[in-house]
Amino acid sequence: MYSETTIVTPDVLQQPLQEGQLVINVGPQHPATHGVLHLVITLEGETIIKIEPHLGYIHRSIEKMSESLTYRQFIYVTSRMDYLSAHINNLACAMCVEKGMQLEVPDRAQVIRIIMSELTRIASHELWIGAMAMDLGAFTPFFYTFRERETINDIMEQTCGARLTMNYMVPGGVMYDLHPEFVARVKSFVVQFKSKVSELEDLVTDNIIFRNRTVGVGVLSKADAISYGCTGPVARASGVDGDIRKRFPYSGYEKLQFEQCLDSAGDSFARYIVRIREMYQSIHIIEQLIDAIPEGEFQAKTKAVIKLPKGEFYTRVETARGELGVYIVSEGGTTPYRIKYRSPGFSNLSALNHMAKGSKIGDLMATMGTLDLVIPDIDR
Amino acid sequence: MDTEVLKTYFSALEPLATFEEGGEWLMVQVPAENWKNIARKVITERNYDFLFCVTCVDFKTHLTMVYHLRGMQTDETVVIKIQLNRDQPVVETVSDIWRTAEFHEREAYEMFGVQFTGHPDLRKLILPDDFEGFPMRKDFEDPINMIKL
Repeated sequence: MYSETTIVTPDVLQQPLQEGQLVINVGPQHPATHGVLHLVITLEGETIIKIEPHLGYIHRSIEKMSESLTYRQFIYVTSRMDYLSAHINNLACAMCVEKGMQLEVPDRAQVIRIIMSELTRIASHELWIGAMAMDLGAFTPFFYTFRERETINDIMEQTCGARLTMNYMVPGGVMYDLHPEFVARVKSFVVQFKSKVSELEDLVTDNIIFRNRTVGVGVLSKADAISYGCTGPVARASGVDGDIRKRFPYSGYEKLQFEQCLDSAGDSFARYIVRIREMYQSIHIIEQLIDAIPEGEFQAKTKAVIKLPKGEFYTRVETARGELGVYIVSEGGTTPYRIKYRSPGFSNLSALNHMAKGSKIGDLMATMGTLDLVIPDIDR
Repeated sequence: MDTEVLKTYFSALEPLATFEEGGEWLMVQVPAENWKNIARKVITERNYDFLFCVTCVDFKTHLTMVYHLRGMQTDETVVIKIQLNRDQPVVETVSDIWRTAEFHEREAYEMFGVQFTGHPDLRKLILPDDFEGFPMRKDFEDPINMIKL
């Protein structure tokens, strides 16, 4: 399939279709893409021959923008990449600057960061389950998941002042201390989640229609997942044990007890189950920390103007979608010389053609839905 | 991971390789024309099966392609760098070795103008088809929406 060929010229691209083939466009404005993703699909009957993603409808060149922003400012732009795990994006950038400065982060800030990251992960997975079930024709789960998600958003709003683009992480810690009611509200959320999540599982997990539409659909083997650079729940559902929180622990994850959720089937249902199990693990992490937030500073002392030494710095974190890498090339100034965001969605999307090829077009929504694509994260 | 072992390995594989230390991982600079052979060997001999980051940096005098490689079993990580001529940046594709390179190389192609020979589908991915210039290069000037750096 990936044999060596010469560079494609326009006359090769404009090859006429073979008889019986049909080209359809999904997107850029399509309810199931949840954003502006444009897929050009070549069909033969109902069977998918080829999927070609066309990106860039929400490309803002965040990498180029970051080059003209200081090390304090560029963090806030990254909330707009993967807006469902804004906290974790900010964390990756803050950690990269801290690595360059060789700055120690206070214990209190580390714990706050983990709790916030895990709440974000739950909120992101909740939204995904609702939206994906809706793509497959089940409308009710959407209301169930948004009930929990709204609770998290309210907690975030109280402490960070925003519901989606939190901008709470700064180099050296977090921007301000927790709201006095934070601990009590998170605890009540944990109780609420535990009692209500079974409702969701009854609705979706054991639903015969849902199972028929996802089991065995969009299979991705372990070797392919690695070769396509898939990370996060997509890779873990194929048996790749690449959770950054376990493999390269950061911010204090090494002190916590949690499982890396793996599955071997690699199909859409496995990706669903992995995310459900991850939510339980996130709750487990929050329970370990919420009564043990250490006292002390929430931010390390830093200079007003941050300069990084000449060199290259790379950090990676596990967002709700997979491995986010931040690669900073510094020339010693107050702004980065070059920044690359290795976004998880970009690599996960590249596997879509491989996964959907040969299946029916009706199955595409299950495959694409369980990849959990967030388009601003892909386009950057 | 032992840096010395890696250095010996890469020196034997590529006599022209130069090394850069001090960062988190060993950085190996290799000539562009030998990159494909090296790529074919490292994936089998050292099990670097996960290409997790491909990017390009414009240093004004030259372009540098940066490949971050990791072995999923061993967690051994190495950074491969290739210096390219800024006027005619050409390097062989590795999208047949690591499939993830297909999209990442297309991005480097449109943003920096690097030509990947042998790439199965080298077209613009993010930018519109009629876009002129390479926006991530340092000397790029957009006549309409210019943000002065």
